[in-house]
Amino acid sequence: MSEHTYTPKSKFGKWFNDRLPLLSLASHLTEYPTPKNLNYWWTFGGILTFCLLSQIITGLVLAMHYVAHADMAFSSIEHIMRDVNYGWLIRYIHSNGASMFFLAVYIHIFRSLFYGSYKSPREIIWILGMIIYLLMMATAFMGYVLPWGQMSFWGATVITNLFSAIPLVGESITTWLWGGYSVDNPTLTRFFSLHYLFPFLILGLVVLHIWALHVPGNNNPIGIDVKKPSKDTVPFHPYITIKDLFALLIFLIIFSGFIFFAPNVLGHSDNYIEANPLVTPKHIVPEWYLLPFYAILRSVPDKLGGVVLLFGSIFILMALPWLDSSKVRSSIFRPLNKLFFWVLVIDVLALGYVGAMPAEGLYLLIARLGTIYYFAHFLIILPILSRIEKTQPLPLSITEPVLTGMPKTELIRSDKRDV
Amino acid sequence: MCKISKIITNFLICFFLLTINTFSKDIELPKENWSFKGITGKFDRASLQRGYQVYTEVCSSCHSMSLLSYRNLGEPGGPEFSVEQVKAIAANFEVTDGPDSEGEMFTRPGRPSDKFVSPYPNIKAAMAANGGAYPPDMSVLVKARKGGADYIYAVLTGYTEAPVNFELEEGVYYNKYMDGNKIKMSNPLSDDLITYGDGTKATEAQMAKDVTTFLTWAAEPHLETRHKLGFKVIIFLTILSILVYFSMRRLWSRINSEE
Repeated sequence: MSEHTYTPKSKFGKWFNDRLPLLSLASHLTEYPTPKNLNYWWTFGGILTFCLLSQIITGLVLAMHYVAHADMAFSSIEHIMRDVNYGWLIRYIHSNGASMFFLAVYIHIFRSLFYGSYKSPREIIWILGMIIYLLMMATAFMGYVLPWGQMSFWGATVITNLFSAIPLVGESITTWLWGGYSVDNPTLTRFFSLHYLFPFLILGLVVLHIWALHVPGNNNPIGIDVKKPSKDTVPFHPYITIKDLFALLIFLIIFSGFIFFAPNVLGHSDNYIEANPLVTPKHIVPEWYLLPFYAILRSVPDKLGGVVLLFGSIFILMALPWLDSSKVRSSIFRPLNKLFFWVLVIDVLALGYVGAMPAEGLYLLIARLGTIYYFAHFLIILPILSRIEKTQPLPLSITEPVLTGMPKTELIRSDKRDV
Repeated sequence: MCKISKIITNFLICFFLLTINTFSKDIELPKENWSFKGITGKFDRASLQRGYQVYTEVCSSCHSMSLLSYRNLGEPGGPEFSVEQVKAIAANFEVTDGPDSEGEMFTRPGRPSDKFVSPYPNIKAAMAANGGAYPPDMSVLVKARKGGADYIYAVLTGYTEAPVNFELEEGVYYNKYMDGNKIKMSNPLSDDLITYGDGTKATEAQMAKDVTTFLTWAAEPHLETRHKLGFKVIIFLTILSILVYFSMRRLWSRINSEE
C-alpha cells in the first residue's frame, strides 16, 4: 500500500485521484505482486469474500419478508418458502451458505496452520481473522435462532444458559441477554437486530484483514520471504483473479449440489417444528460447524469449567503466533509439525463427530481425550516442537528450485542454522 | 494434482458431514422407490391427487395443514387440479370470515385464496379431543421428521401386533417405527377405507404411498422447480468452469514459459 507511482492518464482522473486516490487503490489491487506458487488452498480467501457478500445480499432480501416475532417467525419463513418468488432459493442459499461459509473458513484456517501463515510478520492478519471467525460463529448462532423452530429455541436456551455459569453475575447476565426470564420474543427480536448488524462488522474486519495482508504480502507454500515484484511474483490480476474464479466455480458446483438437491441435509429436522417451550427435543445439537466446540463444552463435568474450556479453545488460537516460535513457516520443511498438524485435523474431526453424539460412554471418553489433545497440541506440543525440531533446508527463492529441479546447495540457507 | 486433491478433500468432507447427519438410525426404514427422489425427481401427479383425497377424507379430521391454501392445489408442480376443481374443492369448506359491517363474524363457502380449514379452532381443543396428544400440523411434517417421506410411510404401514410382554396404556397403539414403539394415533388406514376417484384400488399401502407423496409436496411445494433449476445451474457452472480452466491455462502458460 505504500509506494504507488500510479498516475491516471486522463485529466479528470488525475484531478479526482489527487483528491481521493481510488484509482491508485484499484491499480494497487490489480498489480499487487503475488507469489506465483500459490496452490488451490490459497483460493479460499476469495471464496470466503464471495460467501460473505452472498450471505449479505440474500439476507437483505430475506429480511424484507421475515417477521421477527415469536408468534409469526416460523410461518413467515414458510411464507418465504412458499409464496415469495424464488423465496425458497434465496432461503436455501442463505441457510446452506452459512454451512459453506464455515466449510471454507475451516479450510482457510487449516491452510494457515499448515503453512505457518500466522507467523511474523502476519500476526495481525491472523488475529483479525480469529475475531472474524468469532463474529461468524455468533452471527451463525443468532441466525439459526430466527426461524424459531425447536432447535432454534432450545439451541438458544442452551447457549445463552452458558453465561449463567459465570460466578456472581452469571444469572443477571443471562436475564439481560434474554430480555426476560427465558428465551422469548425479546430474545428473538434482539437476535434479529444483531444478526443484521454483525455481517457488516465482519465486512469491516475483512477490509482490515485484507489491508493487513497487503502490507507484507501473501505467504506461500514454501513459506519463504519473496522479493516483490520479482520473477517469483505475478500481478494479482489477471493471474490470481482467474485462478480464484476457477476455484470459486468448483466451490459453487458443490454449493449448488446442496442448495438444489439436498437443501436440508445439513440442518436438523426438528427445526421444522415450531418452537415449543414446553417440549424439549430428545437431543439438542448445534449446527455441524459448532460441534467440535460443543464436544469440548460437554467433556467437562463442571458447567463453568466447560464454558472456560469452550472459550479457551478459541482464544488459545489467538496466541498461536507466540506459542509456535519456529522461524520456518511452511510445514513442508517441518516434518514433525506436519505430522502433528494432521493429528490435530483428525482430532478436530473426531471432536465434531462425538459432538453430534450423546455425551455418554465411549463418546464421552473420546471427547475428553480429544479435548486434552486439542489443548496439549497448542500449549505443550507446539512450543516444544518449535524449539527442538530439525527443519529441512529452505530454498532461496521460489524460482530457484523450479529452475534447477534440485536446490543448489550454495544457495540454500536454513533459518535454524543461523540461530 | 492440487485441484484433484482439493476436490477429493471437499467430497470427503461432504461425505463426512452426510454420515454425521444420518447417524444412529436405530431402525432401518423401508426404502420406497419415490418418484421425487434423485436429481431429476418429479411428483406423480395422479398420486398427488389421490394423496389429497386421502388427506381430506382421512387425515384432515384430526390433522391441520394451516400453511397451505386451496390455490396451492392448482399450482404447477403440485397436484395441478384445474381452476374449476380448485374452486369446487374450496367451496366445500365453511370458512369463518369477518367482522362484517355490523361487527359480526360470519361463515361463507371457501375460496381458493383461503388457507386449509383446520379441524380444531386451536391446539388446546385439538389436544382435548385426542386424549391429550396434539395431532401435529402436517404442512411441513415430512421435513420435520428424520427420514422424511420414508419415515412417514413406515409409520403409516408400521402398525403390528405388540410383542407379548409389551405394556400398552389405554389409547396407545403399537408401531414398529414410532419412537418408543408407542403411538397415540390408531391405525388410520385400512383397505378400501375410501374409494379413489380415478379407480385405483385403495389398498392400505397404496393410500400410505399416495398420502406420503402428497405430504412431501406440501412440505416442499417447489421441489420440481428446484430440481429443474438445479440441473441447469450445475450444467452452466460446469461448462463455465471448463472454459475458465482453459483460459487460466493459457494465461499462466506465459508465466511458466518465462522460466
